[in-house]
Amino acid sequence: MVPISYYLGLSAILFVTGILGVLLRRNALVIFMALELMFNASNLLFVAFSAYYKILTGQIFVFFVMAVAAAEVAVGLALMVAIFRTKHSVDVDQVNVLKG
Amino acid sequence: MLLSGIARIDPTFGLVPWVVMLPIIGLLLNLLIGKRLGEFWIGLIASLASGASFVISVLLMLALGRTPGPITVPFLDWITAPGFNLGWNFRVDTLSVTMMLVVSGVGTLIHIYATGYMHSDVRHNGEPSRYRRFFVFLNLFIADMMLLVSANNYLMLFVGWEGVGLCSYLLIGFWFEKGKDGLGNALAAKKAFIVNRIGDFGMLIAIFILFTTFGTLNFDGIFTKVQQNAPAFQGAILAVTLFMLLGVAGKSAQLPLYVWLPDAMAGPTPVSALIHAATMVTAGVYLIARSNALYTAAPAAQAAVTWVGALTALFAATIAVAQFDIKKVLAYSTISQLGFMVAAVGMGAITAGLFHLITHAFFKALLFLAAGSVILAMERGHETIEHAHADEGEEFDPQDMRAMGDLQKRLPWTFWTYLMGALALSGIAPLAGFFSKDEILAAASRNSPWIFVILILAAFLTAFYMGRQIFLVFFGQARSEAAANASESSSVVLIPLVILAVLSIIGGVLNLPGTSFLEKWIAQTVAVKPAPFIWSIAGASFALALIGLFMAWLVYGRRKPLAYPGEPDPLAHTLGEVYIGMQNKWWVDELYQTMFVRPYQSFSELLAQAVDLGVIDAIGNGLGRSIRWLANAWRRMENGFVRSYALTLLIGLVVILAYLMLK
Repeated sequence: MVPISYYLGLSAILFVTGILGVLLRRNALVIFMALELMFNASNLLFVAFSAYYKILTGQIFVFFVMAVAAAEVAVGLALMVAIFRTKHSVDVDQVNVLKG
Repeated sequence: MLLSGIARIDPTFGLVPWVVMLPIIGLLLNLLIGKRLGEFWIGLIASLASGASFVISVLLMLALGRTPGPITVPFLDWITAPGFNLGWNFRVDTLSVTMMLVVSGVGTLIHIYATGYMHSDVRHNGEPSRYRRFFVFLNLFIADMMLLVSANNYLMLFVGWEGVGLCSYLLIGFWFEKGKDGLGNALAAKKAFIVNRIGDFGMLIAIFILFTTFGTLNFDGIFTKVQQNAPAFQGAILAVTLFMLLGVAGKSAQLPLYVWLPDAMAGPTPVSALIHAATMVTAGVYLIARSNALYTAAPAAQAAVTWVGALTALFAATIAVAQFDIKKVLAYSTISQLGFMVAAVGMGAITAGLFHLITHAFFKALLFLAAGSVILAMERGHETIEHAHADEGEEFDPQDMRAMGDLQKRLPWTFWTYLMGALALSGIAPLAGFFSKDEILAAASRNSPWIFVILILAAFLTAFYMGRQIFLVFFGQARSEAAANASESSSVVLIPLVILAVLSIIGGVLNLPGTSFLEKWIAQTVAVKPAPFIWSIAGASFALALIGLFMAWLVYGRRKPLAYPGEPDPLAHTLGEVYIGMQNKWWVDELYQTMFVRPYQSFSELLAQAVDLGVIDAIGNGLGRSIRWLANAWRRMENGFVRSYALTLLIGLVVILAYLMLK
């Protein structure tokens, strides 16, 4: 059986990749994908610990996370479409009118 | 037992709240529907309200004749606290009923006079709509004054005391947009109010001390305790009486707070007659008479009151000699006569003081009203010549005696009534003022020779300045076209003058030597020392009054001075520097201006500029400025780039996690 630390390491790598994606990329779609990466990093942790401790709660929780993430992506993509219609671009740095 | 006690009381006494309520009803009627009624109905309602008050006062007097003794009529609860009950309770005794009769009697006559006077006055000043306002104020004044004299406790008295002060302020400033620079009248009203506040401060402190010392504010409660055990309260009584004296000095225009009364002549003449001569200014005399039990227990305070009164009497009389404004002379004369009354009550001669209060109400109201009639006549004369040649833009003062002269032919009724008032005031026998003033002088002769000398000097000056006024106004030659064209006033103005003239002539019968009716009447309420009439003193003062009038004739009657404009008063040459001092009112206003008003203003300036702007505002502004600076620095963080927000989130998260892990 694969040791739990491997899962933790993979999850950490995925999560950091997600963070870097959100912080460094300007394309909104890529940012979304990076966000999904972070979700899935945490999902991986849930499942790994669920298997490790033999408790099903973690696995059930992952379904919830997936459902919510799907809904969030639906809303986010709708926003993207709306932004694209006015700005003709999905570059998040173009959307900076709400500044102090 | 309580029921039987009530049953024995004459039902007439139950009417006493109406002496206050009726004027209030009158003023409410005029306030609410007066706009739709004409001047006639407004005047009628106001006069009837005051007249009905007088009728009730007469009924109360008759009832008191049947059942003597003070009677308290409960009306309303006011303050109910454990161990302290205070009600709106009316007190009917000989002292309060006497004051009620004077206030409502003279007040009604002045109401009637005012219906005629204000008719001309509002037109002369170009605003007829203020007719109603005048009578609303006048009725309010009667109500407050009645409250003052019928109160059963000091706090209720204080409500009336403040109320009459308010009415005084409102009526002095009745033509608030007129006067010097369009501000003069408003400033006079403000001055009266502020100076009265200084007196009221003393009055309030006195009431506070009374409350903490005696635990009650009812007259009966306090006086009983004082009579039972005066030495125990020695210090408190002295403090109360002296603070009360401050209140009296403010309200009754005594030294050093008299300065507001001459300026108060800015009000319409009926106001000067009613408030600033006959009634309100005598409230202080009433207060001392009412608190006689306290003053008798504090001889030092009595001496202070006497000296204040006597010095005021002389001081104001000297100023009155050198004034040219017909109402200013009467104003200083009023201050002087109030000094007589205050000195009298200070000496414990309560009857003499009240006697002079009553007779003075008659003849000084008469003099003011007659002076008002003269002013109206001068204004009419001025308007006649205005019509004749319309381009005359010269400033005209209808109150300046230098512009009058020879009015006795054109204003016969006014002249004769004025003469009666002036003779009564000068103390010519057998007019009212002779008896009342001589009772005061007799009391003074037995009190202290100095007081006596001061008062008799003041009495001499009184005769002199009244003679001067008579000769300047009514004799000689007409010194202006307005005076030459003056015409007699209407009968509604003259009838009150005639009634008051009759009262001034026969007023002395109230307390004729031998009958002492007033003395016996007042003695039912206040412990009075019997004051025998001293014939030698009466004779001497009568002679002095005649000499005063004769000297006035020598200076002003025989030689017909002031024939051309700008000619100085004949006394100016004779008296020199002294005359200049008298003419400038001994520079008291200027003295107060430099001693109190200017320092206060510069102190306020300091507080406003240095302290308020420099410290308090600086704290607020500095706080605001630093927050704005901080916000300006921080707003750079809100750059609108979603990725930088995400970075901030991340950093925050890392910091929190680090804290939780390293804790």
